[in-house]
Amino acid sequence: MKKECKDCGAELTIPQDSMVGEIITCPDCGTDFEIVSKNQDTVEMKEAESVGEDWGQ
Amino acid sequence: MNRICIIYDKLRFEEKQIYNKIKEKGIDASLVDGKSITFDTESSKPDPIFGDIIFQRVISYIRGLHLTYCLEEIGLPVVNSFNVSEICGNKLITSMVLKKNNVPTPKTTFAFSTESARECMNKLGYPLVVKPIIGSWGRGVYQIKDHTMAKIFLDMREENDNLFSRIYYFQELVDRPTRDIRCIVIGNEIAASVYRYSPENEWRTNVAVGGRTEVAPLNPELREIVLKASKAVGEGILGVDLMEDRETGYLVHEVNNTVEFRGASAVSKSDIAGKMVDYLLEKSNK
Repeated sequence: MKKECKDCGAELTIPQDSMVGEIITCPDCGTDFEIVSKNQDTVEMKEAESVGEDWGQ
Repeated sequence: MNRICIIYDKLRFEEKQIYNKIKEKGIDASLVDGKSITFDTESSKPDPIFGDIIFQRVISYIRGLHLTYCLEEIGLPVVNSFNVSEICGNKLITSMVLKKNNVPTPKTTFAFSTESARECMNKLGYPLVVKPIIGSWGRGVYQIKDHTMAKIFLDMREENDNLFSRIYYFQELVDRPTRDIRCIVIGNEIAASVYRYSPENEWRTNVAVGGRTEVAPLNPELREIVLKASKAVGEGILGVDLMEDRETGYLVHEVNNTVEFRGASAVSKSDIAGKMVDYLLEKSNK
């Protein structure tokens, strides 16, 4: 599935097995998008949260 | 029938693996975005979406910790528990707890102001290692080699208005091979153990900075120290990281609360995600 980067207009490829909550990074501008919903034909994304200092494992 | 709920805020390789493994075993599973949850003081009855047990896999330590508190308050079992999360998410507390429980750990000094940090560094001498008390993936971990670097580091910290930037954590630089050991511990079982080798021109071994993994054989001493560390922090699903001090042997330097295992699963034959699911089921039946 293909989407357009909302920031730079580059083409984003959404892998078939991707799931809601996953992050898709624009290959051109590096913006991270979070998948918020996904079905057979459509995928909705929003800009992902920026990495926090408390992020980790 | 059991239902396992995975709470996440960013779906990583690990959460996908665990979710798929739960489904594979024919168990009911839900994935809940931690960013979408709300609580209030009147919350008392768990929403059915949370199922019988929660696997807390939130990437933001502070968010995860507070969510865990709320979930436990309404009577839900959470892995890892609030107490375990609090200890493991904060390196200062981890170091203190490990030492108190006689788990070998690097000698570490804490300071609580820039001035006392300066005095500490002068007293300890160089080289030494500085780490943020909260954070992962080797971010903010530096080797301070001399007085000039120390001054730059302190200036940088002073300019940083991060909540924890005035808590200083200084650790001895351990003379070790160019690797450390990551053990995935589930309850009282070590599910996998791998060496993590530093990439070229890098002293840190984190997979996030390009570290390469290889299976690390377990021996009785390593097993004992790892399980002791896990028990010290309160047990759960954990990542115990150790260094091999050329003089004194194994030293536990970190216990990870929402352990990542992509590097380990690439080389280990162990069904890490499957073992995690089995542990959650066992816990939910108690």
